[in-house]
Amino acid sequence: MLRIRYVTLTTLLLIFALVLTACTTVPAAPAPAAPADAAATEAPAAEAPAPEGVTELRITWYNDGNEGEVLRDLLDRFEADNPDIKVIIDTVDYASGIQQTLPIQLEAGEGPDMARVTQLGIVAKYMLDLRPYLSNPEYWEANFGPFLKWMQAEPGGNAIPGFMTQLTVTGPFINRTLFEQAGVAVPSDSSDQVTWQEWADAARQVAEATGTFAMAMDRSGHRLAGPAVSMGAKYFNDEGYPALVGDQGFKDMAQLMVDWHADGTMVPEVWIGSAGSYQAAAPYFINGQLVFYMAGSWQVGNFNTNIGDAFDWEAVPNPCGPAACTGMPGGAALVAINTTKHPEAVARVMEYLTSEEVMNEFYARTLFIPGHLGLAEKGVDFQAELPQTMKSLSVFSAEVGKLAPLAYDLQAYPFNTILFNANRDRLTQVFTGELTLDEAIQRMQEDIDAGIAGAQ
Amino acid sequence: MTAKPQRTPALPPERVPLHARIGHFFYLIYAGVMTVLGWLAEPIQRLIGAARMPYFFVLPNLLIFGLFVLFPMLLNIYYSFTGGNNLFPQDRPFVGGQNYQQIFNCANLFDPATCREDRFWRGFYNTAFFVVFQVGGMVVLAMLTAVVLNRSIWGRSFFRSVFFYPVLLSPVVVALIWKWILQRDGLLNALLVSLGMERIVFFLNANWAVFWVIFISIWAQMGFYTLILLAGLQSIPRDMYEAADMDGANRWQSFRGITLPLLMPTLLVVLVLSVIRAVQVFDQVWVLTGGGPGTATVYVVQYIYETAFANQTRQFGMASAASVVLGIVLLVLTLIQLRAGRQSDIA
Repeated sequence: MLRIRYVTLTTLLLIFALVLTACTTVPAAPAPAAPADAAATEAPAAEAPAPEGVTELRITWYNDGNEGEVLRDLLDRFEADNPDIKVIIDTVDYASGIQQTLPIQLEAGEGPDMARVTQLGIVAKYMLDLRPYLSNPEYWEANFGPFLKWMQAEPGGNAIPGFMTQLTVTGPFINRTLFEQAGVAVPSDSSDQVTWQEWADAARQVAEATGTFAMAMDRSGHRLAGPAVSMGAKYFNDEGYPALVGDQGFKDMAQLMVDWHADGTMVPEVWIGSAGSYQAAAPYFINGQLVFYMAGSWQVGNFNTNIGDAFDWEAVPNPCGPAACTGMPGGAALVAINTTKHPEAVARVMEYLTSEEVMNEFYARTLFIPGHLGLAEKGVDFQAELPQTMKSLSVFSAEVGKLAPLAYDLQAYPFNTILFNANRDRLTQVFTGELTLDEAIQRMQEDIDAGIAGAQ
Repeated sequence: MTAKPQRTPALPPERVPLHARIGHFFYLIYAGVMTVLGWLAEPIQRLIGAARMPYFFVLPNLLIFGLFVLFPMLLNIYYSFTGGNNLFPQDRPFVGGQNYQQIFNCANLFDPATCREDRFWRGFYNTAFFVVFQVGGMVVLAMLTAVVLNRSIWGRSFFRSVFFYPVLLSPVVVALIWKWILQRDGLLNALLVSLGMERIVFFLNANWAVFWVIFISIWAQMGFYTLILLAGLQSIPRDMYEAADMDGANRWQSFRGITLPLLMPTLLVVLVLSVIRAVQVFDQVWVLTGGGPGTATVYVVQYIYETAFANQTRQFGMASAASVVLGIVLLVLTLIQLRAGRQSDIA
């Protein structure tokens, strides 16, 4: 019994000692005394510049292909030359990380120092204007000027929040090997202006002969917009406000999508198989299961890596409608976030990344269409050997010049994401029979009105 | 001659078994903590009196509950009366009952297509359907399984573990496993094709998707409720069955006359828990179908999540209003269940 009391007391003392230790404030270590003879020649220790600590910056990033790897490589070199800055890349999923979580983080003031984003209009109010921290803002205006307009929180603003990591153009890819196996001629080999219906007919023939899927389009209103503009969609009324009810061109394209889902032309899993989120159809194409895939230039690097020369794939010019043969411009930008505590360090990283030499290497290795006007003019020596890759890059580069003016307006519209998401989700309800097309278009308009009213 | 004193052989040191040492160690910790608490509690007891001491002991838990449950709940109610897409309450304009008005803006409440917030009502009716069939199916199956496992059958412990195993899995893991089984090129279709049957794309057909969502949910959760019911069954005295047997009652009569009435309190707990859990369905279905095809498996919680966080204009007010409506429905359901349980107790 005595022993138990002894051990209890010892344990109590130990706990007490631990609590005391945890609660005690550790006094700062005294500064080492300066040698007496140094006092005359050197500044006192208290006035000496404090040794600079390493500034840690975080980038929220997503990948389509190898760009994260290339960025890391470039930043490693930057860090070697700038040991006072360390950059951490937080790679996240595009749909859940960039589209859903990042805006909440930004709204809560808990965002990263920099982020790679695509919804430039929606995120613009969280961007930091780097202009006061840049050594040469004119360089940015000269090389990124047109794209900076997409990043302005206020109309007519002149902020420099970041740069385009890539300029993108939507457009289709085909699996030429499947066409050859099916003995069907590739429509774009014999005509510069192939309609959507002609592509659909050809793709269906190939799919029937090879046991594959004919067509797929990423589950995205942005992807749908190019074809819709080609079919004559107007998207806006005379006041520049989105107006879909009565837009015959939009309805025509939507009807084509409905028909293609009803007759099995489209891979149903992509649009019908999910609700409420973006869905890419790239895995079907990479696996050789798809004849015609409506995606965009950002997939070139992905296909270069993941398909290589396993089969003949290539980009083809955007199909035509009665009004145009256009895709949609777009892109991703690396932007500074206005809650950063280290704007100077962010500006240094940005200036390094946007230097012509570094940008050239970034675009060359990622196979992205340059969003740097100087490099676009000079041309980037893409690091790819595959003829499929080179041909696709040249097709998409040519598509940039063929984009309809409305496509640019739509991309620059700050609430375009609200519009695109309403198109995507309501159209899916038509495919499943929950709504008629007219009801869906009416619902799209209501969603857009409510969304814009809420965002303003 | 003096006799040489005989030396008694030394006793071997007392061996303390390991479990006793471990027990002793924990006792010491317990004693230490209690002593410290005693030091703290005694002056407080002197100050506030012994009668109020229970409040002092529940205070820490109450604070945690208030901070992490009560406060967010009240904040959520406040948010439901605000508009805009700003995150912080001070930046949000007060809009009164506008969000509720929009939710209930329907020509016909039973036809989601006539409602302004049609996705909420689709989610609402999908959830109601899910609750009825998932809870109904699960309670019946759990009951049957518990009755079977309560009998002395061969491998009883093994089967108990087998039925409980899915409960240990994360809902996301459950959904991914079943997705691999059910997708177009999944295990089940491979089996169907190998048997010469047509491939079925389960997640593109609304009826199949709903069926699998309910089936998988029952599969994943049934073990937990089986275990609760099993404990209830084991608490029923054996002699009651023996008496019934002597009176000539058959098995069905014993089940109806003894098992069901005595199991009713346990069954009520199972019902309340499973209904609450069913109404909250989200994660598993989100991974499995994403709410598709179309909106066939969109449930209210997914609507709330998407309205607040996934849409580009974060409608926190609307999402909060929807969650308040859901909370009220859940409260009413629970009260009805409890009342029904009380009446059956009286009867």
